[in-house]
Amino acid sequence: MNVDLRSRTGRWLVAAVALVALVLFPLFVGGGSWLNTAVLVLLYAGLAQAWNILGGFAGQVSLGNAAFFGIGAYTSTVLLDRWNVSPWLGMPVGAIVAAAFAVAVFFPFFRLGGHYFAIATIALAEILLILFTNWAFVRGARGITIPFVRGPDRRPTDSWAFLQFNESRVPYYYVVLGLAVLAVATAVVVERSKLGYYLRAIKNDQQAARSLGVPVLRYKLIAVAISAAVTAAFGTFYAQYLLFIDPETTMRLELSVLIALVAILGGVGTVVGPLLGALVLIPLSEVTRSQLAGSGNTLDLVLYGGLIMLIAAFQPNGLVAIGDRFRRRREAVRPAGDETERGEAPLVGAPGTRN
Amino acid sequence: MDGDVLLQAIASGLLIGMVYALISVGLTLIFGLMEIVNFAHGEFLMLAMYAAFFGRSLLGLDPMLSMPATVGLLFLLGVLTYRGLISRILHAPMLAQIFATFGLGLFLRGLAQFFWSSDFRSVQDPFLAGLSGGNVNVGAVSLGVPQIAAACLAGLAFLALYLFIDRSRTGLALQAVAEDRATASLMGINSDRMFALGWGLGAACVGIAGAVLATFYYIYPSVGVVFALIAFITVALGGFGSVPGALVAGLLVGLVEVVSPTLFGFSPAYKYAVVFGFYLVVVLVRPQGLFGRF
Repeated sequence: MNVDLRSRTGRWLVAAVALVALVLFPLFVGGGSWLNTAVLVLLYAGLAQAWNILGGFAGQVSLGNAAFFGIGAYTSTVLLDRWNVSPWLGMPVGAIVAAAFAVAVFFPFFRLGGHYFAIATIALAEILLILFTNWAFVRGARGITIPFVRGPDRRPTDSWAFLQFNESRVPYYYVVLGLAVLAVATAVVVERSKLGYYLRAIKNDQQAARSLGVPVLRYKLIAVAISAAVTAAFGTFYAQYLLFIDPETTMRLELSVLIALVAILGGVGTVVGPLLGALVLIPLSEVTRSQLAGSGNTLDLVLYGGLIMLIAAFQPNGLVAIGDRFRRRREAVRPAGDETERGEAPLVGAPGTRN
Repeated sequence: MDGDVLLQAIASGLLIGMVYALISVGLTLIFGLMEIVNFAHGEFLMLAMYAAFFGRSLLGLDPMLSMPATVGLLFLLGVLTYRGLISRILHAPMLAQIFATFGLGLFLRGLAQFFWSSDFRSVQDPFLAGLSGGNVNVGAVSLGVPQIAAACLAGLAFLALYLFIDRSRTGLALQAVAEDRATASLMGINSDRMFALGWGLGAACVGIAGAVLATFYYIYPSVGVVFALIAFITVALGGFGSVPGALVAGLLVGLVEVVSPTLFGFSPAYKYAVVFGFYLVVVLVRPQGLFGRF
């Protein structure tokens, strides 16, 4: 076959093949640890994609996205726990709450530049973590256990209505796959819309964007609202997947950092980057953990940290840049006039630029 | 409310604040020099505390006696970090810089857990804890000797650092590089060497802090995480790159952490939430921090 994979048709073809492979995936692996790894890959791919909308496109580095994740998880779980509301309803409610929270809090935050902004987002998530840990209404540090949906024979059963699958874990996979596809679709739409162009203009030079009439603050707020809403939806999914939440599992700093890390290692500001990052990083972390941490030691952290250092040092623009390097080499031998690059998102901050 | 209780809280807050300031000054020094935040700073502190611990358990040296060695080791660690990792990412995007040092932190924490397990350890009868029964009473205020010593040492370290940066030729060269890398190198200053020195000094400050903290704090692989988080807040509060800012902000953070629960009568469980909230309020009023230039 002779299709250029970078052309419009080529990209759709790749996406379609990948999607079919993803849909068929559970048929080959059953319900074991591979399925769990796949669920986590899709979860982090979606979370990183959501981070990317604010952090990658608009260049506003948040290290506090766990706050939105936690809000999503807690909103649906409290609704379910107290009033028996289905998580399917809790999910959009959580997304709206998270988006409203994000807009209210980030409205002042967006005055802050660079590291001050990043540290403010850390502070925000940490405050939320401490408040939830001491808040009796959400059962504090003990967390909330979601009760099983039981069948007529009193055994835990599957329920699409309450997003809970106890007999086979496979439906969880399809739910998270759906969410991830939704997150990617959101990112693609944002990337190609006026919003996306405005966000990239803001990232490249905020002053210039403003002087050209881009309402900088408004578009940053739209970006954070979308990012928060998508992140919160995954929070609801995660709560149903574990059937237990507490402030530590849903809001800790490591989660915020991992979300950003997946996007950055993949390559920020592109739609493919976060997917690539999740595909590489999450299985690696799962495999090292199960292979190495099982024996009681923590070599997995060592490997993981070492790998992050290596990528940052030798591939500072993320894994997608590896492809770019080969492409550039290929283009160097291509005849002039054949350089129709379309819609390439610029990689974050070329040397010398400050975000 | 009881005046003595408040006084006690203020004194304790200032003492721990000095230690926060000392940890933060290392961070701000490095940032002022090259605009990189060292996210492995907490792990540097953790290693310094383990150095003090093993000095005691293996060699029988009190943390105060082994402090020069600890500081020397940390200086070396700082220089090695610069040479091995940071010099490669000087011109990389900010995100890559964040994650390079963050990865280093994970790496060091993993190593510590692997070799020394995640058990909580403490230094056996440190000399300072035995001094004068471990406590000093001034009026109704009772303060621990190790805490007082920690604050005094932090003050001395600050003074030494200030004199070095402000008075010595090398210190002036450091400032020149921080001001304008290109012009400084035209004046014959080797900026690469200055950067290495900055990392060494930044880590050495943590070495002092780690040695004294080891006398009254538990030692475990993730002990640095909380301190690093507070150091980030402190540095941003004082203004990235500002040495006096780190001192003032450190004292403020210490005060807010210890005094506010006493003063407003809420549970100490919320103390860090108040510290973080305090940071947000200050920085929203002054987006460049208290003393920041950026």
